[in-house]
Amino acid sequence: MLELGGREWRSRLLMGTGGFRSLDELETALVASEAEIVTVALRRVDPTRSARSPLDVIDELGLFVLPNTAGCYTAREAVRTAQLARDAFETDWIKLEVIGDDRTLHPDPVELLVAAEQLVADGFVVLPYTSDDPILARRLEAVGCAAVMPLGSPIGAGRGIDNPHHIGLIAEQATVPVVLDAGIGTASDAAQAMELGCDAVLVASAIARADEPATMATAIRLAVEAGHAARRAGRIPRRLHAHASTSSLGLAELGDEADARGVDVEHA
Amino acid sequence: MNVRVNGEPHVLQDGATVAEVVHALVQSAERGVAVALDGDVVPRSEWAATALVDGQHVEVLRAVQGG
Repeated sequence: MLELGGREWRSRLLMGTGGFRSLDELETALVASEAEIVTVALRRVDPTRSARSPLDVIDELGLFVLPNTAGCYTAREAVRTAQLARDAFETDWIKLEVIGDDRTLHPDPVELLVAAEQLVADGFVVLPYTSDDPILARRLEAVGCAAVMPLGSPIGAGRGIDNPHHIGLIAEQATVPVVLDAGIGTASDAAQAMELGCDAVLVASAIARADEPATMATAIRLAVEAGHAARRAGRIPRRLHAHASTSSLGLAELGDEADARGVDVEHA
Repeated sequence: MNVRVNGEPHVLQDGATVAEVVHALVQSAERGVAVALDGDVVPRSEWAATALVDGQHVEVLRAVQGG
């Protein structure tokens, strides 16, 4: 079970709803993902658009809505958006995004930390989308965030994990759950995140923009489970040279050069 | 009275409330809708009692796909 925000969750895959071509595709992908926590954003009401919203899909499936502050560039905007989300969705949970640059969509670490501190003080369960910086992750944890959510690579980039060493370091030091957020391109990236020690993975684009979103949702769900199991099992160390998996003890001498081969059973 | 609703100019009767503005935009606003007045949250419980003042900026927000 994943312990996050004072609750227990069966699924270690969180899903974003951005980028889906239709709410029907979103719905089938959510079902296939078995995700329990699902993000939405807040935007101005557009009366020309369909009355059905992603929130209706999430509510119909009985899932937990996690509003985000996507599009905010300052701590002030993010805090206000979080307060609006709390009123709209009746939840204290917030996926805190404070973006610093619209080309990379990298977080602004200074504004992020300021916003996180204010929101924690205001009683929010703060899940910050952060850079893959181990020190910033530690600072976010120190101000009371319920998790840290480092990016693997930029939002929507699909490159997987650019810096596995940093993700590994963040996972190693954190005492709150680490959720890899952003950058996943396909199932193996999700497995790698879990193998590096992340507690969960948040995926949107890799599922939403796949040719078959529901199939990719299934693949990533299985990859998260596989990666988590592999982490628990403990991987073998990487070696430069071979390490025989079959003992040469008792190997028959069948060829003319058997004696000359100099087989050393201790080291083979 | 002139106000801006989601960035667009609107002429409303004096005494118009936040609740009236919301219900003109959204049929069902039980959940997933939030309102800011000049940048500050107006809690749902105060929509009906909050009268708008000339020149105010109202933002009416709802859930969209994202994240």
